[in-house]
Amino acid sequence: MDLVAVLLDASRAALGVPAAAYALAAIGLNLHFGYTGLLNFGHIAFLLVGAYGTAITVDAGGPLWLGVAVGVLAAVVLGLVMGLPTLRLRADYLAIVTIALGEILRLLFRSRPMQPLTGGVRGMEGYADAFYAANPYTAGARYGVGALTFSGNTLWVMTVGWGLVVLATLLLLLLVRSPWGRVLRSIREDEDAARSLGKNVFGYKLQSLVLGGVLGALAGIVLALDRQYVNPDFYLVVFTFFFYTIVILGGPGTLAGPIVGSVLFWFIIQGTESLLRQAINQGYLGGLIDTTDLGAVRLILAGTALVLLMVFRPQGIFGNRRELLLDER
Amino acid sequence: MRSPPTTRALPAALLLLAALLLAGAAGPAVAAQPDEGEDATSVGGTVRAEGDGVPGVRLFAELDGEQVAETRTAGDGTWRLELPGAGRYRVTLDVDTLPEGTALRNPDRNPLEVDLRAGQHRALLFPLGERAAAGRGTLDRALDLGVQGIKLGAIIALAAIGLSLIFGITGLVNFAHGEMVTFGAAVAFLVNVSAVGPRWHLLVAAPIAVVAGGLFGYALERGCFRPLRRRRTGLIALIVVTIGMSLFIRHVLLILLGGQRRTFADYAVQRAASFGPVNIAPKDVVIIVLALAVLVAVGLALQLTRTGTAMRAVADNQALAAASGIDVERVILVTWIAGGALAALGGVLYGVTESVSWDMGFRLLLVMFAAVILGGLGTAYGAMAGGLLIGVVSEVSVVWFPVDFKLVFVFLALILTLLVRPQGILGIRERIG
Repeated sequence: MDLVAVLLDASRAALGVPAAAYALAAIGLNLHFGYTGLLNFGHIAFLLVGAYGTAITVDAGGPLWLGVAVGVLAAVVLGLVMGLPTLRLRADYLAIVTIALGEILRLLFRSRPMQPLTGGVRGMEGYADAFYAANPYTAGARYGVGALTFSGNTLWVMTVGWGLVVLATLLLLLLVRSPWGRVLRSIREDEDAARSLGKNVFGYKLQSLVLGGVLGALAGIVLALDRQYVNPDFYLVVFTFFFYTIVILGGPGTLAGPIVGSVLFWFIIQGTESLLRQAINQGYLGGLIDTTDLGAVRLILAGTALVLLMVFRPQGIFGNRRELLLDER
Repeated sequence: MRSPPTTRALPAALLLLAALLLAGAAGPAVAAQPDEGEDATSVGGTVRAEGDGVPGVRLFAELDGEQVAETRTAGDGTWRLELPGAGRYRVTLDVDTLPEGTALRNPDRNPLEVDLRAGQHRALLFPLGERAAAGRGTLDRALDLGVQGIKLGAIIALAAIGLSLIFGITGLVNFAHGEMVTFGAAVAFLVNVSAVGPRWHLLVAAPIAVVAGGLFGYALERGCFRPLRRRRTGLIALIVVTIGMSLFIRHVLLILLGGQRRTFADYAVQRAASFGPVNIAPKDVVIIVLALAVLVAVGLALQLTRTGTAMRAVADNQALAAASGIDVERVILVTWIAGGALAALGGVLYGVTESVSWDMGFRLLLVMFAAVILGGLGTAYGAMAGGLLIGVVSEVSVVWFPVDFKLVFVFLALILTLLVRPQGILGIRERIG
């Protein structure tokens, strides 16, 4: 077994574009779930509208900045559409409605009648050229320390991705320490108490949903720029639960939680995958699983982590248990 | 034609877990494997007729008018063409190699033109099947689809009763309920088809699957949800736990069953027969009769037996039921067992009429949610009414609307019900906001 290669793979994943994008999406979800107590199971839909807003705008001849603006605006609209009718529902009903809305969007975007606009199941590409044209690094060169290197293009997406993560964290730092953030947490702890103090609970929830959704859309745009290809089937329900794993791993309702969670998540997932791949290639597992099963192993790990964390350490690794009492019906 | 089953035994799941834990320690250090290069550029897909893979179909790809790759579909209908690099390819399915009686559904979408970047893999679809039967009127089609809808609706209703009752009794929204459906089909598949199983007839395998489903429900309640209730774990935490369980079970099943859709060894392919104005396969008639009979039996059991009455009492008001001497914990356990058994039966029936796959239950989960919410979450009768309604309406919608929108309508029905009449058609008004 080559443990150095495993560590390299894991570290590359922990620093790479997906880790940054997932951290960004998880920051948005953390605002919903960790700070406001909203059980949003359709977070992936925000990534979808962000990515497709960008891709469709550029495809129609618009510049990239306009595409990003359209993607963000689409997330605002989706947040309002999702929130206005549903935020009055109890947590479990909200979960069902948001998961259904996410699936509706994915099915619509891949449907044949929508194909002229969205490319249907074939997806869309060619919208990221302007982004890579603005790359300050040399596209072909490798940057990094020792064997841990990234191509210039990847480094450019990483710079933007982690930059957005830092900006979003700073924004949340200001917001959650403001009176606005305190109201959010009071809604999480006891909605009726917040309401009886004259707070417009519905309005605060809606603001939280829209703001977190915009962060999700930015994450979707970062991922779409990295892949240079969007397909509706990138936006399956399961990815929302990756974000939940990340938020709960890092600690819901903490500022650093989503970042720590995402880095850890990708380090563990990629490290395990790399380890298993070596073990399989060298025949240690005796045909129990093969390399095509590794994608499933990733989700088995995420599922196990969700169950164990939620039962034994719902405050995550760094969270404070007393801070988080989102257990009341 | 069915591919030879390669399913591994259920104990493999346990071994797998052990392997996951031990993988880090396994074996001595050996020199590094050479890095895998960039993935090759390729296109691929599966040629299926009525859910079964079609082997031996020739496909080839051309670049600038020159053939660059050729292949035949494997036993399970899958194919993959390795291509030399980026470019605009023309991929053709050789219609002459299709088996008798099958044809492309859209002959004008063959060949397909596809742009590929280097290292990109693209899935291509060549759907087979009859073109929409010409000469048959809209009414006949609606009638056929209506019967299909009753069949699917009855299966959904069966599978969803447990979801609804468990919610009504414990307040738990079980996102892992879909996996209870898949579990039933997987057990039947193991007994009926799998190489490691005894390969008994489906009529034997199905009752075994139902019993296994009941045991699975028992295990979930005793092993997980009762202890969690004792710990006073909150609603939101429990929902997240069921999500994690769903991910875990589903992907263990993916490893055990493989990614393809499979069929049982018996009753896999049947030609539709005419029953009056309706064209339907005989197995579907049996499924409809069986499912409706079980639904009626469940309804009678709830109405007439002591346990059934106790279930309704606990669902209605747990504290009052406990105060009047009902053993609430026992009622909850019975509900889990019954719900698991019914979900497994639904899974087997769905596997007979459609196919068995690792994610069949998850694909049904939102449909089941739609059914129970439409009918009234928390009641068994609501699940039945909602299931039948959802099944018929979504199937018949295909007559007028693109098939892509079938599920969209189902999910919209779910959302609209929650907004307009959250207690459902049969539910009693209560606060859910």
